[in-house]
Amino acid sequence: MRRGAWEDYQKDIADDKYYYARSCIRQNFFPGSEKAFLNIVGRDLGREVFDDPLHTSCTGIGYHSDIVPYETIMTVVARQFSLMHEAGFENFISSCITSFGIYTEILNTWEEFPETEEKTRESLYKATKRELYKPKNLAHTSDVIFHLRDEIKQRMKYPLVNHLTGEKLRVVEHIGCHYAKIFPKRGIGGSEFPYVLAGMIESWGGDVVDYPERRHCCGFGFRNYLVQANRGYSIANSHKKLESMAPYRPDFIVCNCPGCTMFLDKWQYTIAEMEGTTYGEAGQGIPVLTYEEMAGLVLGYDPWELGMQMHAVNVEPLLNKMGVEYDPAAKYLGPNGKYIGKPLQSVVNSSRGNTSLYDIKK
Amino acid sequence: MAVKNFGFSISRPRTIDMDKNNLRKSNEILRELPELQACIGCGSCTASCSAGLLTQFNFRKMHTLVRRGEYEGVYKELSKCMLCGKCRMVCPRNINTRKVVLLIKRTLGDF
Repeated sequence: MRRGAWEDYQKDIADDKYYYARSCIRQNFFPGSEKAFLNIVGRDLGREVFDDPLHTSCTGIGYHSDIVPYETIMTVVARQFSLMHEAGFENFISSCITSFGIYTEILNTWEEFPETEEKTRESLYKATKRELYKPKNLAHTSDVIFHLRDEIKQRMKYPLVNHLTGEKLRVVEHIGCHYAKIFPKRGIGGSEFPYVLAGMIESWGGDVVDYPERRHCCGFGFRNYLVQANRGYSIANSHKKLESMAPYRPDFIVCNCPGCTMFLDKWQYTIAEMEGTTYGEAGQGIPVLTYEEMAGLVLGYDPWELGMQMHAVNVEPLLNKMGVEYDPAAKYLGPNGKYIGKPLQSVVNSSRGNTSLYDIKK
Repeated sequence: MAVKNFGFSISRPRTIDMDKNNLRKSNEILRELPELQACIGCGSCTASCSAGLLTQFNFRKMHTLVRRGEYEGVYKELSKCMLCGKCRMVCPRNINTRKVVLLIKRTLGDF
């Protein structure tokens, strides 16, 4: 690639005053991540982030499942932008990659077809009596963490290093397809060389694993997943990625998309139950983290406060490697000390000596 | 280990791995009938096929699979061909398609 072309794939990320749009599904699977983002960016780094209770789902899941028409989703998105203006903000950040893709697609549609924007403006006024104001800056929350990675590095408590051996941790980064595969110039590094997560990992002391299926989709794909009979196709994608990355012995996987984090984590459980195959060390799975959880661990947050007890693959092996201090007994206690229940024993978390895929291949 | 039933299974990839396939038979066929290499895959043979009207028989798919070293089930499938020769008449590259059918069956045998 020409050196100059790299400049085309950079983006401006606002430095302060963010209007925060949450994800629909994230809080169910990774409940501490969005809170961690607000704490890191708002409390620790002193930026202003507005978490608006009035905003709704962007309806992206419905849109990609052919249930919600494009005109409807444009009006819903126009309402979000209008709420942002009412709250006095100009920089829109979304926690979800699908939403980010939707916002990007709609802003580009309005730019290319002004008559469509006019129609949406009318629909918005008819439905809600609001005016449409477009954001000055649109970014995904992983872009914001990437933007602030050096400030996080200054406050770093646990670098991405194995504290026993001093070796850098090997990290697999997985970027959601809707981040830059739809509009490559709206993501850092474009669709082929996205640098948003790799930049964080390198900055915080880890090593990025470059494996053959690095840019492969995790298999979420909405319609591929929603019908139970089709899930074999969905899991086959994650399976392909995991098979490809396992020989590189990654210490953990980090994703910037709610769907990818969920699927790469939970499909490991499913594959282990179906076939008995695990991909990590000592017969266990590979922990899958969101970028907020990774940033939180680096900053010394309590892993249970970050919601890491909700993962299908246990994160303790990673915490031990990093030397993170945590209370194993507090894993299944909620913030108020109340017992939240415990999952049943699963194959993906039961250490069975040297039966991991890596060892078989070796 | 008790295997759980999730109501679906992992779909296997349909990738053809040319490094793993044995191309000996395929090369033998191409040596005997080099004109098959001139095929542009237009599908006229399949479109005009009498057997294809009545069954799922797809001649283009069959000879493409054979050239890639995927021989399983090809003999049985090619037995659907009635050797009418309409495909030969429409082939833009003038390939003797009837001979292709007979040659593949003869070379592979009942694989």
